[in-house]
Amino acid sequence: MDVLTPRSLDEALRLKTEHPDAVPIAGGTDLMVALNFDRERPGVILNLGEVPELRGWSRDDGLLRIGAGLTYAEAMAEPLRSLLPALAEASRTVGSPQIRNRGTLGGNLGTASPAGDSLPPLLVEDAEVEVASLGGSRRIALHEFLVGPKQNALAPEELIVAVLVRPSGAPQTFMKVGPRNAMVIAVCSLAVAVDRERGELRAAFGSAGPVPLLVIAPLAEADGFPALVASAASPIDDVRGTAAYRRHALRVLAVRGLERCLAA
Amino acid sequence: MSAPVPLLVARCRALPGSAAGKHSLELGRVGESAARVDGIPKTTGEFAYSSDLAAAGMLWGHTVRSRHAHARIRGIEISEAVGMPGVHAVLTHDDVPGEKRYGLEFPDQPVLAIDRVRYFGEAVALVAAEHPEQARRAAAKITVDYEPLEPVVDPERATEQEPLHPDRPTAGHGYLDDPRPNVIRSMVVRHGDPDALGDVSVEGVYEVGIQDQAFLGPESGLAVPDGEGGIDIYVATQWLHVDRDQVAPCLALEPEQVRIHLAGVGGAFGGREDLSMQIHGAMLALHTGRPVKIVYGREESFTGHVHRHPARIWAEHRAALDGRLVAVRMRILLDGGAYASSSTAVVANACAFACGPYRVDNALIESTCVYSNNPPCGAMRGFGAVQTCFAHEAQMDKLAAVLDIDPVELRLLNALEPGDVLPTGQTLTGSFPVAEVIRRAAALDPPEPEELPRDPLRLPGGSGNTTHGQGVRRGIGFAAGFKNICYSEGFDDSCAARVRLFAGGAGELQAEVHCAGAEVGQGVTNVILQVARTELGIESVVLAPASTADVGSAGSASASRMTWMAAGAVQLACRAALEERERTGVDVDVERVYRHPRTWPLDPETGQITGGPAHVSFACAAMKVVAEVDVELGLTRLVWIGTAQDVGKAVNPQAVYGQIEGGTAQGIGLALMEEIQTRGGLITNASFTDYLIPTTLDVPPIVAELVEDPEPDGPYGLKGVGEPPTVVSTAAVLSALRAATGRELARVPVRPDEIVGL
Ligand SMILES: Cc1cc2nc3c(=O)[nH]c(=O)nc-3n(C[C@H](O)[C@H](O)[C@H](O)COP(=O)(O)OP(=O)(O)OC[C@H]3O[C@@H](n4cnc5c(N)ncnc54)[C@H](O)[C@@H]3O)c2cc1C
Repeated sequence: MDVLTPRSLDEALRLKTEHPDAVPIAGGTDLMVALNFDRERPGVILNLGEVPELRGWSRDDGLLRIGAGLTYAEAMAEPLRSLLPALAEASRTVGSPQIRNRGTLGGNLGTASPAGDSLPPLLVEDAEVEVASLGGSRRIALHEFLVGPKQNALAPEELIVAVLVRPSGAPQTFMKVGPRNAMVIAVCSLAVAVDRERGELRAAFGSAGPVPLLVIAPLAEADGFPALVASAASPIDDVRGTAAYRRHALRVLAVRGLERCLAA
Repeated sequence: MSAPVPLLVARCRALPGSAAGKHSLELGRVGESAARVDGIPKTTGEFAYSSDLAAAGMLWGHTVRSRHAHARIRGIEISEAVGMPGVHAVLTHDDVPGEKRYGLEFPDQPVLAIDRVRYFGEAVALVAAEHPEQARRAAAKITVDYEPLEPVVDPERATEQEPLHPDRPTAGHGYLDDPRPNVIRSMVVRHGDPDALGDVSVEGVYEVGIQDQAFLGPESGLAVPDGEGGIDIYVATQWLHVDRDQVAPCLALEPEQVRIHLAGVGGAFGGREDLSMQIHGAMLALHTGRPVKIVYGREESFTGHVHRHPARIWAEHRAALDGRLVAVRMRILLDGGAYASSSTAVVANACAFACGPYRVDNALIESTCVYSNNPPCGAMRGFGAVQTCFAHEAQMDKLAAVLDIDPVELRLLNALEPGDVLPTGQTLTGSFPVAEVIRRAAALDPPEPEELPRDPLRLPGGSGNTTHGQGVRRGIGFAAGFKNICYSEGFDDSCAARVRLFAGGAGELQAEVHCAGAEVGQGVTNVILQVARTELGIESVVLAPASTADVGSAGSASASRMTWMAAGAVQLACRAALEERERTGVDVDVERVYRHPRTWPLDPETGQITGGPAHVSFACAAMKVVAEVDVELGLTRLVWIGTAQDVGKAVNPQAVYGQIEGGTAQGIGLALMEEIQTRGGLITNASFTDYLIPTTLDVPPIVAELVEDPEPDGPYGLKGVGEPPTVVSTAAVLSALRAATGRELARVPVRPDEIVGL
């Protein structure tokens, strides 16, 4: 197993073209688990830890450009926390302090798990994913980027570079249900925003269908919104919970989420 | 006796098994809260666990395991694996040099599967290679030709299905003769007139899922050939000598040719009573002539050791209007999985403690444990008693509600006391302060409810931020329970200790103690040193590493017996050494064997005592739990726990508090989240991703009162303390959850679905 460590984005993209099978590693909090459990044995690992272009975030005319290497701990810090409150709340639910210090948004997008906790708040904020290869870059709406359970729209020679989002400023929150009070994979989760400017109720759930999904309704339809969210879900029974419970919990979360956002 | 093999220990300064390595810190005497000798190395990461061992020229072993719960083996093809790079050995059942089967109590488990696999994860073949990855790759090239068979997975039906062990390994051992297929042991305790009627009766069916010990240090060890045909095995285990006695016949060696040395143990909780890598590592090492190390992966650990028995329990309690218990009837079904392990003792405990620490003159308790193709079950902290305590305490709460009597009052009214007779016919003697622990726990005051708004971390759902107070109800629960201390039913139990007294450089008296009691994290190392210092009246005492090579058996670090037995043995040996030195005036080296008061078997037909008591001693505990439950989402936050425990005498109070906190956390896990899930006998959550154990947010502050009522037969008046907190905590948490939700919640772990009523 070779580990390649590029020092710039250009070099990273060149290496990815030369080794399309190379598996990128950012924080390694998903990949190292897969290695340890013998589920993956990549021939080449592309270490993105030394690529400065993937670090940090910037703002240009109201558009946030968040590097793929942004950690959950960074997402929880001001001023990002106030700009994207639901993302910060979601980040607080992720793993333990160690995981939040290592795990990145790019890694969450790379894994594209239906339980990825950064995904619902980013969906609610209409985020786009910027991906690049030597041939250039493209932007993909997040809901199009998430293709299926653990599948995304990335081509073999591409890397995730950034998340682009224009913060709505709408009151928003994130909630995650799990049978223990920390360090748990979502049994189901919900991000909710009440966007008065656009006149919309927006919610996105995780762990209740093949991909996290965005549900939108007019502001006036708050009463029926929890039922709408629950019916949009297509949960399954698995070791973490039953489909019936997930649907039930989404309804409860939607009620509470709306209550929080409407009161704000 | 061979010279100890020099070991290189990777990245660690400490010796292997440094918990039991030589220590000479300032430690204090019996009754003092001496700091753990292994506390600092464990905290800083310097402690060498069994998985940290290394030796020059070492190979890595890997175990090929069954992916089927039940299948016939038609053939095993190893030729491709044998030729793989770095591979030095590929072994199957054909290569087992001696006995092909072993077992903690009954040799019913093949060292390597012969013609059949009976559970998911059963060992089938072994590989040794230069590098662990080479061993894994070679293992993947071994093809086992399986013919899948219908698995026995429903314990209710097991007694009507094809027997998994047609030779009935546990028959003829003095148990009730039960000819039904797949019965490991069935037992009846009939006492008084079980048909006696009360004024009221309550009934319930309770279910306990499969809990795992979930120790953090996976099974691991190092086997080193001694060059003379024998073997040294460094391993994390709970009972060195019983390991030796199982390993030697399978290797066709004399017991002295097999030396078991305790390596650093990363948690045990019963899960290391059965063998793991011992025979396998030794086979590979003897075959290759090289040291062989085996470390299980996490998934392998979940499949590679026994679990807590899942149970279905039907219970009926009859009482008089004034609250006195009149009769208890219970039927207990336990699933033992593929091999017997310690199931027969689990059945006995389930029966013996089924009524709880209450006076019950009339009882009929029936318990059966069956073989199945579900994950194998064996010892886990509080076995048998944990399952029945959950049931009898739910019943006591139900009775209290029906009779409109305060639940604590009801328990006090029925509390056993010395002089009372247990359902087994045994008269309680010595110390048994049930009413006292109930009163003391009940008197502990929980904190007032916290104001809202609160940090979500202090609400049900915790970091999930699911409620700001919506749907949250508070409930207070209570439970009491008990279990036996030490082995029971006539088991001839003993513990050896050896004490060497010699003059140090400046002529001052020094001592070296040998005792094979396994330090599994419970703190027996401190106990041994504290006892030796107390008895010898000197500070300079070291404890040698635990090994079968230089001292007799200490028995098992289980059944809440190790502190009692080790303290008894070390006390005896110290006194003998002092006496001998006094007499001879020279350096002395004496070994003594301690035995607790003898016990007798229970009558197989009636479950009543025969020649004398079946149990040595009992310990009880009571616990009050405050829970907040989000009744709309089914999520729980435990707010506070207050407990009082009967400890006889706290040898090391700080360590006792540690056992209470840890044991309670394990019971919280069973109450709220810990369960091995299966489908058709296959484990579906063999990882810490999906087998959840409590985090710091799930374990509330625990206020513990130690009730010191000396046990006349226990050294210094002590009793074991490891299990009672686990016995009562699951029941107490459930009591609080029922108070908060008004629901019956008859199954643990409780699923959110049940709390919200789906
Ligand atoms: C104990 C524990 C707890 C966890 N808890 C949570 C939780 O609560 N919620 C949650 O959502 N997740 C959780 N996770 C999963 C994990 O932490 C997150 O998915 C995290 O965001 C992954 O980020 P990473 O940087 O560590 O990814 P890595 O492991 O480095 O990579 C993950 C995947 O993304 C790919 N990748 C990474 N960066 C790029 C890039 N720039 N371009 C293309 N592909 C890329 C990798 O090739 C890999 O396939 C947990 C993990 C652990 C071990």
